[in-house]
Amino acid sequence: MLEEGNIINELLIERLNYFIYVVLLLIGLYGMIAKKNLIKKLIGMSIFQTAIILFYVSVAVKEGSTIPIYLPEHDPHGHTGDIKESNITDAIHAGPSVLKSELVKDYSNPLPHVLMLTAIVVGVGTLGLALALCLRIYQGYGTIEEDELLAKMESREIRSKSLSVQIPKEKSEISNRRKPPSKKGKPQPTSKSKSVSKKKSVSTSKSENQVSVKSSRSQKNKKAVKKVVGSKVSNKGNKS
Amino acid sequence: MENAIAWILIFPLLGSVACAILGIFNRKICYPIAVFSMAGSFWAGIETLIQVISVDGHIVSYLFGGWTLDAYPRGVGIEFHADILAILITLVVLGVGLIVALYSKLPVQEETPDKEPLFYTLFLLQITGLAGICLTGDAFNLYVLIEVAALTGYGLIAMGSNRAAAATFNYLILGTIGASLYLLGVGYIYIKTGTLNMVGIREVILAQGLAESPTMQVAFVLIGIGILIKMAFFPFHAWLPNAYCNAPTTTSSLLAPLVTKVMIYVMIRMILSVFGVEFSFESNLWTELLPWLVVVAIICAAVMALAQREIKRMLSYLIVAEVGYMVGGVWIYNYYGMIGSIFHIISDACMTLCLFLGTGIILRKCKTTHFDGLRGLFSKMPLTMSGFFIGGFSIIGLPPTCGFFSKWYLITGGMVSERWEYMVVLMFSTMVMVVLFFRMIERIYLAVSESGKNLGHGHGDLGLNEEQTRFDEGPLSMVIPLLLAAATVMVIGIYNQNVVDLIELFLEAFDLPKGTMR
Repeated sequence: MLEEGNIINELLIERLNYFIYVVLLLIGLYGMIAKKNLIKKLIGMSIFQTAIILFYVSVAVKEGSTIPIYLPEHDPHGHTGDIKESNITDAIHAGPSVLKSELVKDYSNPLPHVLMLTAIVVGVGTLGLALALCLRIYQGYGTIEEDELLAKMESREIRSKSLSVQIPKEKSEISNRRKPPSKKGKPQPTSKSKSVSKKKSVSTSKSENQVSVKSSRSQKNKKAVKKVVGSKVSNKGNKS
Repeated sequence: MENAIAWILIFPLLGSVACAILGIFNRKICYPIAVFSMAGSFWAGIETLIQVISVDGHIVSYLFGGWTLDAYPRGVGIEFHADILAILITLVVLGVGLIVALYSKLPVQEETPDKEPLFYTLFLLQITGLAGICLTGDAFNLYVLIEVAALTGYGLIAMGSNRAAAATFNYLILGTIGASLYLLGVGYIYIKTGTLNMVGIREVILAQGLAESPTMQVAFVLIGIGILIKMAFFPFHAWLPNAYCNAPTTTSSLLAPLVTKVMIYVMIRMILSVFGVEFSFESNLWTELLPWLVVVAIICAAVMALAQREIKRMLSYLIVAEVGYMVGGVWIYNYYGMIGSIFHIISDACMTLCLFLGTGIILRKCKTTHFDGLRGLFSKMPLTMSGFFIGGFSIIGLPPTCGFFSKWYLITGGMVSERWEYMVVLMFSTMVMVVLFFRMIERIYLAVSESGKNLGHGHGDLGLNEEQTRFDEGPLSMVIPLLLAAATVMVIGIYNQNVVDLIELFLEAFDLPKGTMR
């Protein structure tokens, strides 16, 4: 049985890299799932991917090792002059050769770094595409808050009557409780109501955080919309 | 041809570059380029299949960049590793790609005007990614190809409406989580085994007895969850319906049959070739847990499909249910279940293709895919509706179509391993699909109003007016690919024994419990 001190010792000193990557991973996951702002979701995604990159790179660390370029004594091109002329030509013609394992110990493993180079490129591509999507969404709906976005998408669906039958019951209930779309219009909601909705969404998402990883996203979103809508309605009632 | 396996990827890859460059000068040239590269790739795929069948051991291995297995240890250089399973699924990908490329002429022009070069570039890259996933023998390379397929998929879906952009954003977030978890799992494998080559990983696991290692268990769970998210298995399915419903016609007909199925292939590949049968099924909890998740998944997806009033959305939920079938077939841990799963990947791709191609033509003619818009469509476009319903019958599982035979093997697997709950749920979902499709047939053949009342006045009078019954078939460039797909469904159904023989040839190497038929 390990004592408590030993666990802390192991987490913070011996396995610090794993500890940090797991914490970063969870922060990223939280951001992606719980945040309502699309850009914040993307920030979460970046943290998530960076955590994995950190994991790979930290695995490859070896104390006292050097970059994996031939050390002088291993160099097949023989810059030190120790290696005979015939060896050089052999090495050049044979292409890359496999070093014996006792010779490799001074090099750090290059493979995880190379893999992460690819993963970084993939991450940049994903982020770029996601930002482009955000731009499209903002141009189309005038918002990048997920709950407002859902509300706007629903109100548009109702306005185009041809498809109105397909809305499930729950959704149409929500839209009935909401203010008529004409009042909302194009301009952004006032800063006050916005901040209220933000606070509300953050608090709900925090309480749901533990479940949220595996729960269906759309259901959660619906819940959030319901709550936000409810808060807005009550807010309005208080004012009047 | 010796290097046919490399040409499978080279054709669409070069084709996409050609589309991107030549498309600047002439937009019309992209369609022929896409069809030509898909045809070339399909030909290379058949060539490889012949090689794989004729070679001893039924494995064709190809290392990129001039590395050889003789001079260097396994794991140096990226290996393409085609066994029978890999090449079968690759052929499905290429076949579907070819048919959709033929089909795409009109919908691409109409739905995404002035974007043909971009569309076909992404289209061909998507095929490259999916075919690469099937063929690669390197765990990290698999991650890169998954992301190639995913990123191009996001692009293709987002070419639709503004709604599509919002749906794609959710897909992107979930897809990235899935792929990243897979990458993390590969990291754990690499720490423990020191190699990324799939065959190499298997060798190390066997040689060092890593089956009990917690690191490998964690890797298995991470990779498993990552792949389940990517394949839209039930609790993680939320991205799929919105993304496929709002996507342009060609995109949904390409992605719906392929993406989820290829991810199921990845799961089978990981279980059989990388971790091994004993490791995957016997040393962890999943064998107990997943079949019950499958039960929940199929029931929920079927019920949600029943609630939809729009074809595309209904089909999306059907895909989620079908994913449940295949995952279940794998995890009941049985020889026949595995045959059923692999066969169902093939047949499900063909029948989903049929349904989505048919829906595309309906959408083009009627401007809606809502059930109410379907009244009396059969007399209007008989060819389209025949093709559509051959796909539908295959999903239900009526005998001459391939869906019947794959479902037969799945049910046999459930019976042999005495997983009654799986069998019952398969039956239940079959019932739901019968209801779904016959509800549509009712509307399409007869003029039944929304409340279920027949508007006709007796025999022969279907209650349709002159305008509704006039023969008005969709354009030939769309109908012929649909009929081609429908014919494939029938042909695979009729020659099912040949396909099953191939799958059995592949499964010989693995030690799956066969059980005894009572």
